[in-house]
Amino acid sequence: MDLLSNLLLGVETAFSAWNLLYCFIGVLLGTAIGVLPGLGPVATIAMLLPLTFGLPADTSLIMLAGIYYGAQYGGSTTAILVNLPGESSSVVTMLDGYQMARQGRAGVALATAAIGSFVAGTIATIVIVLFAPPLAGLALEFGPAEYFSLMVLGLIASVVLAHGSLLHAFGMIMLGLLLGFVGTDVNSGMQRYSWDIPQLGDGLDFAILAMGMFGLGEIIGNLGSSMTRDVNTMKISSLMPTREDFRRMVKPILRGTAFGSVLGILPGGGALLAAFGAYSLEKKLSRNPREFGRGAIEGVAAPESANNAGAQTSFIPMLTLGIPSNAVMALMIGAMIIQGIQPGPSVMTEQPALFWGLIVSMWLGNLMLLILNLPLVGLWVKLISVPYHFLYPCILVFCCIGVFSLNNSTFDLYVMGVFGVLGYLFRKLGAEPAPMLLAFILGPMMEEYLRRALLLSHGDPATFITNPISGVLLFAAATLIVLVLLPTVSRSRGEAFQDEA
Amino acid sequence: MQPVVRAPKEFWLGVVYLSFGVVGLWVGLGYPLGTAGRMGPGYMPSVIATILIVFGIVSLIRSVRIDGEAVGKLAPRPLLGVIGGVVFFAFFVTRIGLIPSIFALVLISACASPDFRFRWYALAGLVVFVAACCLLFVQGLGVPLPLIGPWFSF
Repeated sequence: MDLLSNLLLGVETAFSAWNLLYCFIGVLLGTAIGVLPGLGPVATIAMLLPLTFGLPADTSLIMLAGIYYGAQYGGSTTAILVNLPGESSSVVTMLDGYQMARQGRAGVALATAAIGSFVAGTIATIVIVLFAPPLAGLALEFGPAEYFSLMVLGLIASVVLAHGSLLHAFGMIMLGLLLGFVGTDVNSGMQRYSWDIPQLGDGLDFAILAMGMFGLGEIIGNLGSSMTRDVNTMKISSLMPTREDFRRMVKPILRGTAFGSVLGILPGGGALLAAFGAYSLEKKLSRNPREFGRGAIEGVAAPESANNAGAQTSFIPMLTLGIPSNAVMALMIGAMIIQGIQPGPSVMTEQPALFWGLIVSMWLGNLMLLILNLPLVGLWVKLISVPYHFLYPCILVFCCIGVFSLNNSTFDLYVMGVFGVLGYLFRKLGAEPAPMLLAFILGPMMEEYLRRALLLSHGDPATFITNPISGVLLFAAATLIVLVLLPTVSRSRGEAFQDEA
Repeated sequence: MQPVVRAPKEFWLGVVYLSFGVVGLWVGLGYPLGTAGRMGPGYMPSVIATILIVFGIVSLIRSVRIDGEAVGKLAPRPLLGVIGGVVFFAFFVTRIGLIPSIFALVLISACASPDFRFRWYALAGLVVFVAACCLLFVQGLGVPLPLIGPWFSF
């Protein structure tokens, strides 16, 4: 049994003392930033990246992954108790979770969210175990043309599934690609867009870009929008759902998990869309849809399972193809590159301990989260009441020291400042910076594959269409664009995201 | 009488695309272009920059033809406080050292918040925070920053 021995290797890796400890630190931090509104996993992971340089590759990825799915758990606590999205993906949970809390059932809502997330996390882990190896096997056959088309599909899907204006999402992608050119061209060794600044010779660092755009940009945005936070939180009575509650949550949890698992694999989908879609699905299927928005337990169970499942399955394309499906995965890819691991299908064969250890650690992390979130929920409630004006100066300090320690250079700090301003401006102008980060990471790889593919075909661009896999991928990308541009779809897409806002 | 620009957000994004595109193309054309079969370093940047210019023009046209939201007021205080704090830190950290720089960064950026008041317990918290940072980053992780910089050592 190949799978069994692989899983055993994973168990061995994940259960080593250091990895257990860092997994715990990861999920603990994840829950904390999930609970705190205004601090997301992208900024946190970017901030902590420099700290992981000294760690072995598997340990650092286990911790960073823990932050991401831990944040999905933490976000629901704030959503239910304070009616604020602790994490963007828990927006949907607010609708019914907060209503349940107002009816004195806060404890039950929290338990439902945690149980749903745990079940989803467990099933999603199994999905990864089952689907990642065959996908990686398929990807090993990929040549440069296939890779290029896959990345095109990834970028386009991330735009189509994200909310906001399509034009500007593409605009952000183009900006990201352009910024990705900064530095030394791999083929010719020529310096591009470096303005004779030696520090730009190696290109812009994605961690600096992410910390500026997401860290600083978000802080300025939050301060500018005078975020009010109601500190008077609900009393938590009984955590235990009744037998009736259990009966009602089973199916929504399973449906939410299935929905989230599928959407998580698609680029750009990830946790938020999964949660939203699962909620609408439950509302449509329910016999009393009027209950939704008035404290329906299904309205908590389904989106919470979906966002956790989505968060976890989004690791599949990252681990097997080396393609990030969202900004967090882009950072994980960056973390791998820093550790000297070439992301892609070879990770599974060349770094089996890392690959399987990470997967096993996810299930383990979910178990830790269940314990962290249910009995210790009182602790997290206290954390919500820490005012933002105490928090953000500390975040800034971490960002600054973190960026400095990347290259031990103060130049990077100025770069971060510039991107902070840009990030704030883009937010103000209604353009999401996430596609830009994705394009920035993918850009250099795309250029490389494009050049190689065209070199092989002697400059004939038809190679992307005549090559069957590449042709199918590009066709899928084109179909997605056409679909979104169709008037009916674009209208319902607009409505869908209107609801959520 | 309607203003010419009816969608300001669209207009400014157009300006952003256009300026990045124009600069990108201007510089990009200076690198060897090569051919599609053997691309030079300038090929892809020029293509992307051209697309950005097109996007910019489309956005500008849209901004006078459709109605859109106003940009909303920029928040100068948070912008200045946060960015100012970072720039101050960047310039001074190797000169005056980590301890005074963290104090300065926290205080400058804290001014950005409307809730900023001077409180003794906040100051005490800050002292603990600075000590924790120094222990964690300099002692623990070996970040090569002086605790007290050359400006203060005689």
